[in-house]
Amino acid sequence: MATLHTRSAARLMIAPSVLLLLAWMIVPLAMTIYFSFLRYNLLMPGMEEFAGFSNYSYFLTDPAFFQAIFNTLAIVLGVLFITVVGGIALALLLDQPMFGQGIVRILVIAPFLIMPTVAALVWKNMFMNPVNGLFAWVAKLFGLQPFDFLANAPLMSVILIVAWQWLPFATLILLTALQSLDEEQKEAAQMDGAGAWSRFIYLVLPHLSRAITVVILIQTIFLLSVFAEILVTTNGGPGTQSTNLTFLVYAQALLQFDVGGASAGGIIAVILANIVAFFLMRMIGKTLEA
Amino acid sequence: MARNVSTQRKIVVTVVAWTIGILIFFPILWTFLTSFKTEAEAIASPPSLFFFDWTTENYHEVQSRSNYFLHFMNSVVVSFGSTLIGLIIAIPSAWAMAFSPTKRTKDVLMWMLSTKMMPSVGVLVPMYLMFRNTGLLDTRTGLVIVLTLINLPIIIWMLYTYFKEIPGEILEAARMDGASLSKEIIYVLTPMAIPGIASTLLLNIILAWNEAFWTLNLSAAKAAPLTAFIASYSSPEGLFYAKLSAASTMAIAPILILGWFSQKQLVRGLTFGAVK
Repeated sequence: MATLHTRSAARLMIAPSVLLLLAWMIVPLAMTIYFSFLRYNLLMPGMEEFAGFSNYSYFLTDPAFFQAIFNTLAIVLGVLFITVVGGIALALLLDQPMFGQGIVRILVIAPFLIMPTVAALVWKNMFMNPVNGLFAWVAKLFGLQPFDFLANAPLMSVILIVAWQWLPFATLILLTALQSLDEEQKEAAQMDGAGAWSRFIYLVLPHLSRAITVVILIQTIFLLSVFAEILVTTNGGPGTQSTNLTFLVYAQALLQFDVGGASAGGIIAVILANIVAFFLMRMIGKTLEA
Repeated sequence: MARNVSTQRKIVVTVVAWTIGILIFFPILWTFLTSFKTEAEAIASPPSLFFFDWTTENYHEVQSRSNYFLHFMNSVVVSFGSTLIGLIIAIPSAWAMAFSPTKRTKDVLMWMLSTKMMPSVGVLVPMYLMFRNTGLLDTRTGLVIVLTLINLPIIIWMLYTYFKEIPGEILEAARMDGASLSKEIIYVLTPMAIPGIASTLLLNIILAWNEAFWTLNLSAAKAAPLTAFIASYSSPEGLFYAKLSAASTMAIAPILILGWFSQKQLVRGLTFGAVK
């Protein structure tokens, strides 16, 4: 069907997006790599000089860096654990026959549609605030001392807020996958005397495995760069207790004006994300063949 | 008897599911309710759920104090602008890849997707410097450019998966009946492509509206969309719960409504067609 004529037309139609994305991918990234080898501070313009790997060695020996790597992993793993386990449970629940299923679905999806700054500020002020927050009121109701979430458990608080935002994503995708499970298969298993638990382990879970993998990979990509939630709640603190890699690079660049150091940090973040992306791309690539 | 048991079960499931649903939704409901309280009632102990003097004063205050409408319009311009430009660039590409695929189409698609995997922070420094040097910092134009680029791969992918579902035979049938290429496009393809384009549009407006890395880093007072404007409440200003709530309610309401209408497309778009 494709003649020579339509083929060159097709190339012309694809060209703009390819060129734009190529530029977007290569130009800034090349600049970041270049900057990462410079001693370059915005407060001292004209003093740029080649610095070799010193930005990298500075970054890689900074205690804040290891804290940031730890925090990044804690956020990714913590949120993944809550959202995947919670998502499976919620999806199984929402798949049952009930009254007003559509409305419950709408309620559950809602947090995902909230912009990150709103979600984080609402949680920070109206729930986690140790004086006026709702949690403090509930604690006092039970005669307990209110807990200052953001001062005493900043990382956990950030994880909770981000998990609240991503739980709907996991639920929605797992529910969609669950609904494609053949009813007859479930009935057949039931007829053969499989209990609810063994049906879940041997039938439902294997069916969901693909969707679970997709959820884990896509969330990881986004969770590696959590930013707004940290900026408006803890600002990375106290100290660097809730600073992740993205926030550390931001602080280095736009608060310390250290272009070279921030660029080296950025490149490290790119390398980390690429490791995850590699697996994700293989997953999605397989679906193209199907 | 069996029927009786299943009704009972249905009621139990309903109660449990509604309870959990309302708990998850509660922070949003609470924000909505607080936006109609006075500042004193907003921090009153014990808090009142529905029985307070409803007032719309906060909404007026937010507008008069901080020119809320400007930031709202920034959000509208940036999210619609970036999505529309993205669609104009993406439709021909997705179309070509879906209807005259070559050996390399798959590689091109995968490569486009891989640009989406690059963490924004990896290019924060050069983007900031380029924007500063070209005067794009804190302009709507600048934000539209960045958001178009970061969402372009998703737009192309979504359109591609939708176009792919349009059966090729229908084109051949039209051609056999003597339709010219232009007629083919206007009468046969466009009507079949519109639902897919509409879903793509919807999802990307949601994503662009909520984008909170570039908007926070590349905008200040002038071009700040709502994401960045609300972030300014992280200062002590945020202690005015009722006003924070009013500003938040107005910022999230339009997208909540759009999102509820596009639940299905959400799954598809966000998983790049891997889960339908």
